[in-house]
Amino acid sequence: MSKVFAPLLVVCGAMFFYAPFLIVGAPYEATMGLVQKIFYFHVPSAMTLFLSAFVAGIASAIFLFAGRPAADRVAAAAAEIAVVLGIIVLVSGPLWARKAWGVWWQWDARLTSTLVMWLVFQSYLLLRRYGGPGSERLAAAVAIFGAALVPFVYWSVNLWRTVHPNTNVVPTLAPSMRGPFWFCVAAFLCLYVLLLTLRTALESRRSELDALYLALED
Amino acid sequence: MSFMAAVALVVRKDLVIETRSREVVYTALLFAVSCVLVFAFGFVNEGRADPAAAAAILWIAIAFSGTLALGRIFDRERQNETMRALLLAPVARPAIYVGKLAGVLSLLLMVQAIVVPLVALWFQAELFRHASLVIALLATGSLGYAAVGTLFAAMLARTRGRGALLPVLLYPVTIPVIIAGVKGTVALLQAEPNLAIARAWLMMLIAFDAVFITLALWIFEPAMAE
Repeated sequence: MSKVFAPLLVVCGAMFFYAPFLIVGAPYEATMGLVQKIFYFHVPSAMTLFLSAFVAGIASAIFLFAGRPAADRVAAAAAEIAVVLGIIVLVSGPLWARKAWGVWWQWDARLTSTLVMWLVFQSYLLLRRYGGPGSERLAAAVAIFGAALVPFVYWSVNLWRTVHPNTNVVPTLAPSMRGPFWFCVAAFLCLYVLLLTLRTALESRRSELDALYLALED
Repeated sequence: MSFMAAVALVVRKDLVIETRSREVVYTALLFAVSCVLVFAFGFVNEGRADPAAAAAILWIAIAFSGTLALGRIFDRERQNETMRALLLAPVARPAIYVGKLAGVLSLLLMVQAIVVPLVALWFQAELFRHASLVIALLATGSLGYAAVGTLFAAMLARTRGRGALLPVLLYPVTIPVIIAGVKGTVALLQAEPNLAIARAWLMMLIAFDAVFITLALWIFEPAMAE
């Protein structure tokens, strides 16, 4: 693990500690009031989810076409984090929806496509766990399909008229909300980099251990 | 050997095996019919089903029987060790994929040729009012489903726990296709069919087909490497 890990961990911890103060200080949204504050948590985690899906897809493509086992380990780590982030997005979303729309869940394009993408990465993890030897290549193919769904998830709100706020919300934020929002995005990105490095390192250790066991048996 | 000649050979091989045993067509068909029957008792009220229910049942039957057919077709290749022989053939790997895909697709369409009239009959669903659009939706939907299914089933043929893993992998990835197919069919089955919406979903299906086939052709070669 690189030398920047420990300092980054401290910075990330400090950012997550400071974020609530910034969010409290941000102005109330005119119509939604307090409920809107979940936006500072929901949107950054969704952005990181997209990023993680892309990382998993691209790393899987590198593994398939260039045959680098290291890329496969990155893909496995990214897919696992994508599933965790997906849970965060799919739990924080309904919490807001209950107050804003009056229902927990709506079969709207953005919600459905996010759920589908989350299920794809869930099946990726199942395959890696229970597929036995040789399943890494198939898992890589599944991850590429999962990453291909990301653009559909992103544009779904603009293509169909849905109840979910569309992609114009972030660029047209009020200046007083912009600061806290991007701070939260940066904090989530920082956390993502930390988790990805840690999880990839763990996966590398595991494959080293497997190689040692094989060497011992020979 | 040219690409199309190799594709034609693979398709011919699969269809010859199938016409001799008729195993996949019969089992998939019977499964699809029993699927429709199981749902029929939940959704038919006083002889009529909600158009949305009829469309959903039709697509569920197609998806489920498709999984059965895919599993069986590649099981056959694995049992006789013919998958290896096929991959060793001195032709382009994508040609093998396209040939397999064409074989799977023709089996799916054969099953649909029986199941669609049956759903129309049992649910009094007006599937033939706009026959050309319904056929277009079914054909593009089956193509997208089979494109992903052929890739995954071919790769799964070598791993443990095939039977359980194929649906788990296949359904999340192909849900967009099923959703588009169901929504398009529902638009046509309503009391006042909405052709514009059905065409929009058909375009969506064509877009999904293009993405899925491109990805599958691109992935098949490295994924099937030993």
